[in-house]
Amino acid sequence: MTAPWTVDEEPRVHPVARSGDLVHVRQVIRVLAQRCGLSLVDQTKLITAASELARNALIYGGGGTVRAGLVEANGRRGVAAVFEDSGPGISDVGQAMTDGWTSGSGLGLGLSGARRLVDDFELSTVPGEGTAVTIVKWAR
Amino acid sequence: MVKRDNAADLMGLLSNGDRDLAAMWVAEVAGSLGSRVGSAELDRELRELYEALVQALRQGAVDVHSEEMSEVRALLAELSRNRARQGFSPSETAISVFALKRVLEPMLENGSADEIPAYLRLARILDGLGLFTIETYTRTRDELITAQAEQLLELSTPVVRLWDGVIAVPLVGTLDSARTQVVMEKLLQALVDTGSEQAIIDITGVPAVDTQVAQHLLKTIVAARLMGAECTVSGISPQIAQTIVALGIEFDGIVTKASLADALKLALRRSGVDMVAHTGTRR
Repeated sequence: MTAPWTVDEEPRVHPVARSGDLVHVRQVIRVLAQRCGLSLVDQTKLITAASELARNALIYGGGGTVRAGLVEANGRRGVAAVFEDSGPGISDVGQAMTDGWTSGSGLGLGLSGARRLVDDFELSTVPGEGTAVTIVKWAR
Repeated sequence: MVKRDNAADLMGLLSNGDRDLAAMWVAEVAGSLGSRVGSAELDRELRELYEALVQALRQGAVDVHSEEMSEVRALLAELSRNRARQGFSPSETAISVFALKRVLEPMLENGSADEIPAYLRLARILDGLGLFTIETYTRTRDELITAQAEQLLELSTPVVRLWDGVIAVPLVGTLDSARTQVVMEKLLQALVDTGSEQAIIDITGVPAVDTQVAQHLLKTIVAARLMGAECTVSGISPQIAQTIVALGIEFDGIVTKASLADALKLALRRSGVDMVAHTGTRR
């Protein structure tokens, strides 16, 4: 699934290279979510998911980028974001998506939790080349 | 010696007859900056710079990084730093240098064709100086931002005493590792200093709780417990509650309350304080 950036301009690319960039990513997502008209609960869920995925790209992927923009399909509007890194990739996706499993020192809920927080979630990874996660949250 | 000739050409441009180039330069810059810089200050800054530049060119400086330019660089750095602190934009800062090119332009029209190469060479040097001002400007702004971030870290984590034996930390904004570390240290220290056994962490002002924030909170609570204190988390908004559930974070064994008032009531009850409303008093 390549997010179809159907609304407005092309999405902007935001770097994720330092922990300070995570704050910026959350703000960007918040502004988009408000423009899209997501409810407060959905806004918070989307921002939290973005925070998790951006942090994964930073910590496990060694830094990457976030592209975010508004999308439209079947008469619904939504916010989409693509998190990409060129890190080591994930060798066992099933394991990585298991609650409580972590290769680092976190709670092991970021990736699996992020999937539950959004409507569409797609993860593509190539070991040794990197990981890309696309998420969409639709307005109700 | 080619270098000597170059220097002479450039000098010829800058010391053109009886016209006061420095004054024209000051006037040009003052026009674009308005009254935000004192005219006396601007005059002093630019005349110093002008003299240093003439001096550097006389000594054969070929670009901004020449050794002969060190005086010019120092003056420019000071000028850029001042502009950055006073809140001028990068363009307004660089204009101080580029205005000199504009001042020189009319002379080129009246001058001979021989002066064109010299003008172009000088223009290249001035471009270099302009870029140098922007670099210094940016560096100064970065320093300001870093300093502000550190100040924010200090400001945003007060530990307040609510009652004898009850302390609270109202958290506001984003919790990253650095901030949580500060919060945790302050909270644990305050437990010792005040001899408190009840601590309340209020997250009303935290816009989102992700796994990292939750992990930091959990660690702080466990550490407080090890010191014999009981922790209550308050101010969990409906949207944060739903997010925590969806993420699958377990807050088992941790007492949470919707509001700081509820958490205080609980903490008081635990420390054996009863709040009794006087009968007969009007409220």
